[in-house]
Order: sequence, then C-alpha cells, then structure tokens
Amino acid sequence: MAAAIDRDRLRELVARGAQLVEVLPAEEFREDHLRGAASIPLQDLDRDSAARLDPHRAVIVYCWDAA
Amino acid sequence: MSPRAAARLEQLDFTEVHEYSAGKLDWMAAGLATEGENAARPRAGTVARTDVPICGVDDRLGDVRERTQAAGWDVAVVTNASRVVVGMLRAQELAGDADVLVERAMRPGPSTFRPYVPIKEMADYMSEHKLDSSPITTSDGSLAGVLFRADAVREAEGCPDCVRKMI
Repeated sequence: MAAAIDRDRLRELVARGAQLVEVLPAEEFREDHLRGAASIPLQDLDRDSAARLDPHRAVIVYCWDAA
Repeated sequence: MSPRAAARLEQLDFTEVHEYSAGKLDWMAAGLATEGENAARPRAGTVARTDVPICGVDDRLGDVRERTQAAGWDVAVVTNASRVVVGMLRAQELAGDADVLVERAMRPGPSTFRPYVPIKEMADYMSEHKLDSSPITTSDGSLAGVLFRADAVREAEGCPDCVRKMI
C-alpha cells in the first residue's frame, strides 16, 4: 500500500531521485504544478501512460488536496 | 484522487509509490514555487510586503507605535514567537493609550489569505470588503507578508486574466 507523505518527506524523496506525478486534469497541471512533475491525469493512467515513468524509482503522486 | 492513482500504479508493478496527500494546495499554501502558466503571474504572496513590523502581545503599545512609525508603516502584525498571526494593529489601534499592552489593543483574529491567491481576486475581494491591508499567511498560520489593497489593485490592472477563484 502506498505510503502517505508530507511536504518535508516529499522534498527528501525528490532529492533522492523520486518521480513526481500530478494526476489532476491537464488544464490544472498547465496552470500550476510542482517543479519537475509529470502530468498523468487519473483518467489517463494506464499501462501505456505509466510507461513514461521508471518503475525502478520511487513515484510520488499528488492531486489538489486530501479531499 | 491521489489514493486511487497510487493504487493503480501499484497494480502496474511500481514497487515504491508514495502519496503526497495534502497535495498541490498544501504546497502552494506554504508559499512554495510552482511551474506553469500561473507561476509568473502575480499572487497575494508575491505582491505582499514582507518587511512589515511585527510585535508580540506583551509589547507596550507606545513602543510598537514608535517602531512602526519610524519604519514608515501605519500597521503592525501581532504574532507569537513562531510568527503565527494572532492580531493586527492598524492606525486606529496604534493611536491608543501608549501604556497598554498590545494584547489589549489589537484586533484579534484578522482574516488572512494564502500566498497563492491570484492578485486580481485579492484586489476584487479587498475592494468589495473595504480591506486596506490583509495579512498573508502560510498554511500553518505563519506570516508571509501584508498585502495592501492599493498594491493589489495596481498589480491586478496589469494582469486581467488572473481570475481563477481560490478564496
């Protein structure tokens, strides 16, 4: 099961090479996203779109908030 | 949304998946930088003045008034030791009895806004509610600066497309 992390832990993981993925709609990604994040909207998340990511490195997913 | 994305990635054989559950809102509310079309547009946090005088509840009002006026301000923010905003001293409060403590003189619990709010929205809100100035705080309540309505209105005139609602 995926581990929930906070902002500080996110920074640590990114500094160690973790991949950031925003799963909000592409329009929201275009407006604002965390530095270096990739956009894979949840509705588009499948084996093909996930192939953009390195499965051997940590992945951090985020959306707008916890709601 | 992110728990479902994390679960899906695990199904797709990703072995180390983390979920930043507080999300982009938490990041932006902390005043941290983003990339994207809005990143270069003015927001509450980028227009706010950061050199505002601050004081504590145990300070003497007369001392705060002298310090505030000497710095060319007519407003001071009351914070705790961690810079969490607990009150405001605007011109009316600053003009009070010099010997009272700030705790007795301040306006407690002022409305605060997050650094990511687009400046056009701040300008409209502050004009509508006749707010001359507002503290801008991060998600933990810490003071990031004070936004003046005049600054917000001036910046908003140069940014007519900053209209996404975030307040």
